[in-house]
Amino acid sequence: MTGNVQPLLQITSVSKAFGGIQALTDISFSLAGGTITGLIGPNGAGKTTLFNLISGVFPPDTGKIIFNGNDIRNKKPHQLVSLGIARTFQNVELFDSMTALENILVGQHTRTRCGMMGSILRLPWVAREEQNARNLSMELLDWIGLGEQTNAKSGDLPFGWQRLLELARAMASRPKLLLLDEPASGLNIVETLRLGDLIRKFRDQGVTVLLVEHDMSLTMEISDRIVVLDQGRKIAEGAPRDVQENTEVIAAYLGTPKKIDD
Amino acid sequence: MRLMTRTRIVYALFAAVIAVSGWAINSPYYLQILTFIGINTLLALGLNMLMGYAGQISLGHGAFYGIGAYGTAILTVHWHLSPWLALPVTIFAVILVAFIVGIPTLKLSGYYLGMGTLGFGMIVNILFREWSSVTGGASGFVGIPSLELGPISFASAKNYFYLVWGFVILSFIVCHRIIHSRVGRALRAIHDGEKAAAAVGVDTSRLKLQVFVLSAVFSALAGFLYAHMVFFISPESFSFIASIRIVTMVVIGGMASVWGSLLGASVLTLLPEWLHAFSEFEMVVYGLILMLIMIFLPKGLTRGLLDMYERAGKKNDR
Repeated sequence: MTGNVQPLLQITSVSKAFGGIQALTDISFSLAGGTITGLIGPNGAGKTTLFNLISGVFPPDTGKIIFNGNDIRNKKPHQLVSLGIARTFQNVELFDSMTALENILVGQHTRTRCGMMGSILRLPWVAREEQNARNLSMELLDWIGLGEQTNAKSGDLPFGWQRLLELARAMASRPKLLLLDEPASGLNIVETLRLGDLIRKFRDQGVTVLLVEHDMSLTMEISDRIVVLDQGRKIAEGAPRDVQENTEVIAAYLGTPKKIDD
Repeated sequence: MRLMTRTRIVYALFAAVIAVSGWAINSPYYLQILTFIGINTLLALGLNMLMGYAGQISLGHGAFYGIGAYGTAILTVHWHLSPWLALPVTIFAVILVAFIVGIPTLKLSGYYLGMGTLGFGMIVNILFREWSSVTGGASGFVGIPSLELGPISFASAKNYFYLVWGFVILSFIVCHRIIHSRVGRALRAIHDGEKAAAAVGVDTSRLKLQVFVLSAVFSALAGFLYAHMVFFISPESFSFIASIRIVTMVVIGGMASVWGSLLGASVLTLLPEWLHAFSEFEMVVYGLILMLIMIFLPKGLTRGLLDMYERAGKKNDR
């Protein structure tokens, strides 16, 4: 598909069952570096399960997940961040008792290394590291337009801003792959448009994005490729325009019309 | 930068208050009570790092307090070690125990973590009571030596007061630095949302274990200082009730606040002293006061009083 270029994320024949329920059956696809891929499907299609597999919440029953040359099947979520995978949550999960700035600073956890002893002794390199982290956090906050809210408690911010802050926190780890779980849910039209612009900017900086989203207009507009799931199976994959015209996809969303002569 | 200098001034003032108190107070009784406040502050501060910052409860810290006290007692009396050598050995032992206990129990959370640590505390307490040949059993351990450092004897109440509060100041600085660092932020992140903390790359189980061990070390240090102050220890001082008392100090004083630990320890040390006047109703009044504080200042004394002060300030502005 991508010729001889190694894809950033390669998912091969992945299956996952919960008790008797087969959540995912034999899913394969890959993400090329620097692209935006939309993962869509009706409710219960297995989008969230797939998302959780990639972000290390639980391992697949069978199949392989290769990220940037590493097998990440049994890696824990925090290890994946160091490898270069960052994520956001469907219901924004910020650290509410902390300020906007501190949230972004925690986002840089894997890029800084001061430990218990380092913090107690406060050696010169620790102070330098802290200052650098602060500068970068300020830049990120400015970039998403929250530069004025540095010291506001993240829990006190309006919901739309919280979404942006969570996005900036994920970006603070300088990920190669960004997993976004319904980033537009709860946003109004203007906010959704801004979000789309931001995600495109991320891609232009070389970040690969996998997007699970219900907002079709956003997904179709910003995605380079679309993967469609239905009842745990992949039913289509391709450019947004092709997927929209795919009869199986239309059937999955709207149901199959009954033939009159049946 | 400005904030940093302000903290320095606060700590310098704190040290000055301690120095002046030690100089001005000559009654051994008051000095002893203040020293107890210092020891309790160490206990509360350690648990506050675990409870207030990382959001993990422990109902078994009385055990670490006890291991600190019994450790130094056994090493100095049975093994004739110098207390200053017994201290690092005891602390090392506590680190080991905290690791072994922490690895399985910290997989639990909420009520279950409470129950797990509670069980640990009870087992250790039974050990203190039943292992008579080593611990002296229920009748206690007698003859713990007093501390000396060259020509300075810490047998005097005044010197011991300085020693304990010196440790308190040092611990305050250590905790302050941890809290305002990458590690401190990660701890608070775990408190706010463990799932999200892991998703930004925090190794939550490892960090929880680290802070559990750190808080156990504070408790052990408090136990060491307690043993060499009173020369006699018995299992009751490190029972389930002791563990609960440490938790109460943290909650009453204020979670996630170093000064709250000081305040909580002061209130819980002083209240029983003041309440002697109520004789048999002592415990009733004690319980009542704790209830009232929790009802009217649910965030603890530090936060509660600050909120009241800020509200008063706003009213004056209008």
